[in-house]
Amino acid sequence: MSGQAKAFRPEPSALTRWLILGIVGLVFLVPIIAMVEFTLRRGLEGGYDFSRWIAVFSGGLTGEYKGILTALGNSVVLAIVTVIVMLVILVPTMILVQLRFPYLRRAIEFLCLLPITIPAIVLVVGLAPVYSVVAKMFGSGVWTLSFAYGIIVLPFAYRAIQANLQAIDVITLSEAARSLGAGWLTVLLRVLLPNLRRGILSASFISVAVVLGEYTIAALLNRVNLQTALVIVSKSDPFVAVIFALLALVFAFLLLLAIGRVGAPRRKRSSTGASS
Amino acid sequence: MADALVSVVAPLEGVEPAAVQARRPESSRRAAFTVPSFLGLVPFAAYILLFLGLPTAIALFTGFLDGTGSFSLTNIEALADPLILTTFGNSIGLSALTAVIGSVVGAACCYALIGTNPTGLLRSVVDSASGVLAQFGGVMLAFAFVATIGIQGMVTVYLKDSFGIDIFADGVWLYELPGLILPYIYFQVPLMIITFLPALEGLKPQWAEANASLGGSRATYWWRIGIPVLTPSFLGCLLLLFANAFSSFATAAALTSQGSQIVPLQIRSALTSETVLGRENLAGALALGMIVVMVIVMTLYSLLMKRSAKWQR
Repeated sequence: MSGQAKAFRPEPSALTRWLILGIVGLVFLVPIIAMVEFTLRRGLEGGYDFSRWIAVFSGGLTGEYKGILTALGNSVVLAIVTVIVMLVILVPTMILVQLRFPYLRRAIEFLCLLPITIPAIVLVVGLAPVYSVVAKMFGSGVWTLSFAYGIIVLPFAYRAIQANLQAIDVITLSEAARSLGAGWLTVLLRVLLPNLRRGILSASFISVAVVLGEYTIAALLNRVNLQTALVIVSKSDPFVAVIFALLALVFAFLLLLAIGRVGAPRRKRSSTGASS
Repeated sequence: MADALVSVVAPLEGVEPAAVQARRPESSRRAAFTVPSFLGLVPFAAYILLFLGLPTAIALFTGFLDGTGSFSLTNIEALADPLILTTFGNSIGLSALTAVIGSVVGAACCYALIGTNPTGLLRSVVDSASGVLAQFGGVMLAFAFVATIGIQGMVTVYLKDSFGIDIFADGVWLYELPGLILPYIYFQVPLMIITFLPALEGLKPQWAEANASLGGSRATYWWRIGIPVLTPSFLGCLLLLFANAFSSFATAAALTSQGSQIVPLQIRSALTSETVLGRENLAGALALGMIVVMVIVMTLYSLLMKRSAKWQR
């Protein structure tokens, strides 16, 4: 029976599948391999060794690479503050709209996906005057950039949280809790947020990945983050820049892999959880 | 079981009428909560207004101001300058070329992924790798291509040493417009995989069964069912890829240190030096031009997506 059903599926044959994936995969691996090869080069005399990697990891970061470390610190601060901005502003709003203003859902979706249409390079033209005001109010600390980053992570964060919101029955959950005497704060903190943890977690991870890779806004507002520092370092020491680029790519890859593992909505489990 | 449930619900009915009305409570509940609930939307609205609405408005509005701050159309007229038109042409050409190549190669990959386990290892790795390359590469992709096809790049050196082929025989093109094509394709293909795969997974197995039971072959299936159903999604994804390349800045900025062959780079030089064509506020006019292109493309995109949603119910 199952064999018969399989014959009807439009799947490619195993040969076609692995031929396509193999060729594209190999071509896409070339630049990554080239980066690794580049960092292993031993200079003018040729040959390969790990000296540059060892130099970076054995206290090399305190000396001439200190700039990168500072920039990495800035990016980490930005990532954390951006996640906080996202969690404090977006998550309660989405829950509130789901509960009280379902007719506003389309409007919120439109607003959250709008940053896809407005390129960061356009946004930055208008952000420059906004940030001269922000600097007067909050000082010129790097973290203030998180307000702008909160906007560019909006489409990613919205999708992650919305997928989770749709998979649970927010209205029933909150009414059940309310009817058992819970206050709204309890409903939010002890009923809704635990149910939304997958969506929130993947929204946070994806925000971290976006912020760590952000260049446009930081570069044009003259702030230092990991990417702007990498571009500057690449002009004097391209090897170190490539090492850090590789590490950042691997880190982002692992973050997204973790989202795939953690963030996948498991409907079966959440529905039995809601009904029991 | 049923008795226990009733006994849990019954006392509550007396205690809290709101819980009883839970199924159709809109009018009564809204009356009680309108004021505080509405206030809950204020932070989000204020944030969006200040950091999305205001910057966008400023970006679009400054194009209509001259150096002294009064209204003028000179910057908008500058959009018709041959230099600016060439830049827009470059941007559109580059985006269109990489979107077409990216969508065809990406669609082939999606086809190859049909029938694989969505939570399996292969799909997890493909999804994550696609996500990284499509959305977070930016500057790092520029480094990757300098290491690959830069003057001392791995592939450049290999081709020269093994086959005597000098890819830069006619001059080094990596740091100019043609050099952007390969890095752009490198992030377009993964984006196509991310956006087009859900459409392919929306193909219902019943359609394949109906096709088979009516005596159709694999070719009939794709020609009569698969391709017609997927065409709106494919075109939508193609437009999204175009928009993605058109608005991309980081890779180009890291790769080309001088010259402004595409619009985002032109905006950079307008912002930093303010002497493009001897005009101030040209960045605003360029931003306006970009927004016009983006709005057209994204409107078509959402129309196509609506069309394709018809089959995904």
